[in-house]
This record gives sequence, structure tokens and C-alpha cells, in this order.
Amino acid sequence: MAKGRVSIVVEHCKSCGFCVEFCPSHVLALSSAFNSKGYHPPHVVHPEKCSGCDLCGMYCPDFAIFATKNSGAKEGKK
Amino acid sequence: MSDSLIDIGNPAVNPVEPFLRTDRMPHIWCPGCGIGTTVNSFARALIDSKIDLGSLALVSGIGCTGRVAGYVKLDSFHTTHGRAIPFATGLKLANPKLNVVVYSGDGDLSAIGGNHLIHAARRNIDLKVICVNNLIYAMTGGQTAPTTPDHSTTSTNPYGVFEPSFNLPHLVEAAGAVYVARWTTFHVRQLSRSIGEAFQKKGFSFIEVISPCPTLYQRRNKLGDGLDTMKYYKEKSKVRHGAPTSEVGLTMTGEIIVGKFVDRDRPDYGTMMRAQFTESLGEKFVEQDEQEVPVCS
Repeated sequence: MAKGRVSIVVEHCKSCGFCVEFCPSHVLALSSAFNSKGYHPPHVVHPEKCSGCDLCGMYCPDFAIFATKNSGAKEGKK
Repeated sequence: MSDSLIDIGNPAVNPVEPFLRTDRMPHIWCPGCGIGTTVNSFARALIDSKIDLGSLALVSGIGCTGRVAGYVKLDSFHTTHGRAIPFATGLKLANPKLNVVVYSGDGDLSAIGGNHLIHAARRNIDLKVICVNNLIYAMTGGQTAPTTPDHSTTSTNPYGVFEPSFNLPHLVEAAGAVYVARWTTFHVRQLSRSIGEAFQKKGFSFIEVISPCPTLYQRRNKLGDGLDTMKYYKEKSKVRHGAPTSEVGLTMTGEIIVGKFVDRDRPDYGTMMRAQFTESLGEKFVEQDEQEVPVCS
């Protein structure tokens, strides 16, 4: 069960790739989908590995991603 | 999926959102630019240091980094080119209780406002200066700045830069700053901690943040994009706390020495002023520090 959970504001992303590169547990990958500005936002490929450290949120220059720790065992749905 | 979150089930909001004017997002900074990352670290330093936001003022000059004043939800001030420090000095002297942060770029602080930088450090005015150094004049089209390293190519030096560049930590230490640190945009947690430490210091604190400029500096010098530069920072930066600042100059592809270089104590401008006036005026000098400064309505 995942310890954390990533949220992405798709429309603010400029696909710089910082979050994908520096995520310590490699939760993210750039998707092939576009946002309305033509960038490829990241998407979560390994949701179960997320530790909720929020390093992606610290690196994001566009304030488009953040991670939260799951408070209890009940909340994490896989 | 317009402006919504992918993870609709998560009710949490971005922890830095209370510090940002989200109606102005997305911002103007290029993909891969590091200025947003520094703002992120700054906002997290504000969260961690639990500083009273009502006593905080942020002053910016002109340039890419100068836009920070427009994106933060704090009392902020976007000033004329190079004059962020004089405006901030005025704010601090008029209301000594304010925590004044100067958030500006290398061109604004060290070139156009270079004179103000050294004199603010000499007088040890209680300002926290965050200097985002992208090694070039970015907003005006990539001209050579005083911080541009040797042999790099810019729009005004198409055959290579041959001028020696400024070593900003050395400059401000020699001028008299009490806290000097340097980080890159890769060192987000260290930068955030450093900003928190600077808030604890009384006097002129200077934090230099090396940041990528993928559109102008990295592209012209064939150094890749923002992510490549971040990997370069990860590989080539060395943490050396207390390193002599004369040895921390920057080169184009060489090692980047980061860390906290100077942490010392010196009486700041306000303290020296009060001491001098008390000495020469004696009883006639009345402290007005405790009074509330009237606010114009």
C-alpha cells in the first residue's frame, strides 16, 4: 500500500522533467498526452511506490505537482 | 481535463499555494528555468520558519527574477532596475520591525545595482538578499552579464566572453556581509534551510542560487536543456561549508562549490546608529522603535 499520493495540475505543467528525474522512487513518467499548451505533463506509473516525500513538489518550477502523505491505512486505496 | 487535478479524490492542496497568486499562473518563466524552484524553496522556508507574514516584505528589481514580486501573495514591491536594495533599505529604516527580503537576479543586483549591493553589505543593513544567478541577462536577450563565466558564448560576445566574471560570495564577504551561502536549484532542501537560517541573522545576508537559463545561456553554449543542467549541478557541485570565498569562482563546465561560506556577527546599521546617537546625544536621543509606525490609509 502506498505511503503517499501525487497530485498533478496538468494545465500548469511545462514538461521540464525535473519531477520525473529526481523522484527518489521513480513514481513518475512523462505521458504522451498533451495539455492545452502542448506540453506533456507527467503521469503516475508506480502509485504504490510513492512515499509522499514531496520532493517532486519542491523541484517543480511551475507549482504543478505535489505529494501528500497518506494519513492512515484506511485512506490509501492501493 | 481542463484545470482540474488528475487525482480528484485527493482533497489536499499544494502546500505552497497560500504564498502564491495562483490567478497569475502559469507564470512567464521558460520550461526548465529554475526561478520557480527557488520560489518553491523560499515558500517552504517561510512555512518552516513560521515567520509572521504580516511582518514580511519582498522587494524585487527588474528581470526574469524580478517577476517574483508579482507572483507571491506577500507584501511585495516591484522596483526600478537595480534599485531593489535602495527601496528595501528605505522600507527597513522606516519600519525596523519589518523582515525585508530582496529577491532579484544577478544582473539586477550585481551589475545595474552593484553599487547598492556593496554599500548595503558595507553598512550591514538588515536585509535578506536572495540572488538568483542564471549567469546572463536573460530577459533582454542573453547579453553578457558581470557573472557570465569565461569562454561562454552570449549574444553580445558571439566569439566568447573574455572578461573576468564576478565571484559574488567573495564580493559581498569583502564588503561586509554577515551571512553568505551559495546553492544551486538542485539543492532545494538545503536552500530552504539556508533561507530559514538567514531569517535568524541580524544583518546583511546574501544567498546566491545558481539557476539554469535553458533558453539563452544553455542553448547558446550547447549545454542542453534545463534538465541537463540540473544533472550537471548534481554531478559537479561540491558542498564545502566555510570554504574561503576567494576559491569559489564559477567556470562554464567546472565544479561548483556550494555551501554556507560565511556566518559571522557584526553590529547592523540600526544598532550602530542607535549606539552612535546615544553616545553623542545622550539624554536627547529618544528611541522610537517601540512605537507603531503609522500606516497611510
